[in-house]
Amino acid sequence: MTRVGVLALQGDFREHLHILESLGVGAVAVKKPEQLGEVDALVIPGGESTTIGKMATRFGLIEPLRQSIESGLPTYGTCAGMILLAGAVTDGDQPLLGALDVVVRRNAFGRQNESFEADLDIDGLDEPFHAVFIRAPWVEKVGSEIEVLAEVDDHPVMVRQDNILATSFHPELTGDGRIHDMLIEMV
Amino acid sequence: MEPREVQTGTDRVKRGLAEMLKGGVIMDVVTADEARIAEEAGAVAVMALERVPADIRKHGGVARMADPTKIEEIQAAVTVPVMAKCRIGHHAEAAVLQALGVDYIDESEVLTPADEEHHVDKWAFTTPFVCGARNLGEALRRIGEGAAMVRTKGEAGTGNVVEAVRHMRTVTNEMRALTTMDDEQLMSAARDHGAPFDLIREVASTGKLPVVNFAAGGIATPADAALMMSLGVDGVFVGSGIFKSSSPEAYARAIVEATTFWNEPEVVAKVSHGLGEAMPGISLDTLGDTERLAGRGW
Repeated sequence: MTRVGVLALQGDFREHLHILESLGVGAVAVKKPEQLGEVDALVIPGGESTTIGKMATRFGLIEPLRQSIESGLPTYGTCAGMILLAGAVTDGDQPLLGALDVVVRRNAFGRQNESFEADLDIDGLDEPFHAVFIRAPWVEKVGSEIEVLAEVDDHPVMVRQDNILATSFHPELTGDGRIHDMLIEMV
Repeated sequence: MEPREVQTGTDRVKRGLAEMLKGGVIMDVVTADEARIAEEAGAVAVMALERVPADIRKHGGVARMADPTKIEEIQAAVTVPVMAKCRIGHHAEAAVLQALGVDYIDESEVLTPADEEHHVDKWAFTTPFVCGARNLGEALRRIGEGAAMVRTKGEAGTGNVVEAVRHMRTVTNEMRALTTMDDEQLMSAARDHGAPFDLIREVASTGKLPVVNFAAGGIATPADAALMMSLGVDGVFVGSGIFKSSSPEAYARAIVEATTFWNEPEVVAKVSHGLGEAMPGISLDTLGDTERLAGRGW
C-alpha cells in the first residue's frame, strides 16, 4: 500500500491524514527525520510557516526534508507548505526548504478579513475546485521549470515542478480529494 | 482563469484559521518587542493586550480593549496572526477591532464585562471570534452565537493550571455522555446544558466540538502545555506564563516545543531544563468569588 507522510509539527495535519485515508492510501504523521525513509510521498500542511520552519530547524528536519525532496520524493505543500517549499519569500527571514523555484508573497491577499473561498479552474481537472484561502500566499515570481496550474487575479496559486506540487489554498478543509490524488499519482 | 462566487467571512473561512493554529501556542503580548520575542520563539499567533492577566489582577480597575496604537504596532512587528480582546458583550469594541483588521477577536472574561446578560452576536462580524468556556453548554452557547473557536477559561493570571484541567475534563466528559444518548435524551440534555439542540445533536454524532478548542487560563510551564495537549485540546494560549517568568525567551520557546512534542516526555524533559523561575503562582483557595475571572459571562 502506498504510504503518504504528513509533516506533523504544527497545523492542520490531521485533516490531511483524514483525506488521504479516505483515498485509500496509508497516512502517517511525520515528526522525525527517520520517518521520511518510510513514506512514498509527503504533504506539508497548512499552519504557520514560521512556526513549522523553526520547529523543523530545531529538531533537525530541514536537511533530511531537503534531501528527500531533491532525490524525488513526491511532495505537496498547502499554504504554509507552499511557503516552506519556496526558494524565497518577498519579505522576512525564515527557514525555507528552497525546493521549488518560486518567490512567494506571504499573506498576499491580506489579513483574515480578506480570507475567502471561491470556485477555481485548475489545469488538468474537468470540474472547478472549491478552494479555501486563509491568509493565503501567492506566487510572486516563477522560475523557468514551473508549471502554473491555477491563478487568482493573475497570481499563481497552484504550481508544479517535477515531483513538487503546491497550492495557496486548503483542499484538506473541503474534503475534495482530487489534488491529493494528483500527489498519489506521482508516486 | 478567475475565481467565481468569491465569499469572505464564511464559517469555513473563520473556523479554518483556527484549524491552521492547531498544535501551536498563542502568546499574550503587550508591546511590539514582546510580539517579536513570541514570534521568534515559534508562537502561531499573538494576543495583543494592554496588560497581561496577572497585572490586571494586581492593578484592579476596569480592564478594556487595548489602545489601537498598540495593536497596530504589534501588527506591524510580526507576520503571524494578531488577535485582540474585547469585553464580553461590548460589540462596539469588537467593531473597532474588526476595523483595525485583527485576525481573531477574543471576547474575554479577562477584561471587565460590558454586559452581564448578553454576549456579542458574532455572526454579524467578518472577523472570527474565540470565546472562553467552562463546560460544554457554555462552549455550545458561544458557538451558537457565532464563535469560530473556543478555549477553556481556566483561571487567567494565576499560573495555576487546575481550572483549565477542570474545564477541559468537564467538556470532554459531557461530550462523551452525549454520544451514548438517544434523541429523546438529547433534548433533555440540550435543556440541562442550556445549549442549542442542533449543536447538541452534532456533538452527539461526532463526539467532538464543531470548532477548534484551545486551553487557556493558568498554563505556566512546558509540562502544563503537554498536560493540556494530552487532555485533547488542539493547542494552548499562554498569558502571563511567558512574560511574567524570569526568562521569557526560554519559556516561550520551551512551551512551543513541549506543545509540539507533548506525547514525547524525553523532549518535554529536555526543553524544561534550566528555564529559571516560572511566573509566581496563586493558589485558587486564596481567591474570593469576585476575584475569579472564569465566572464572568455565562
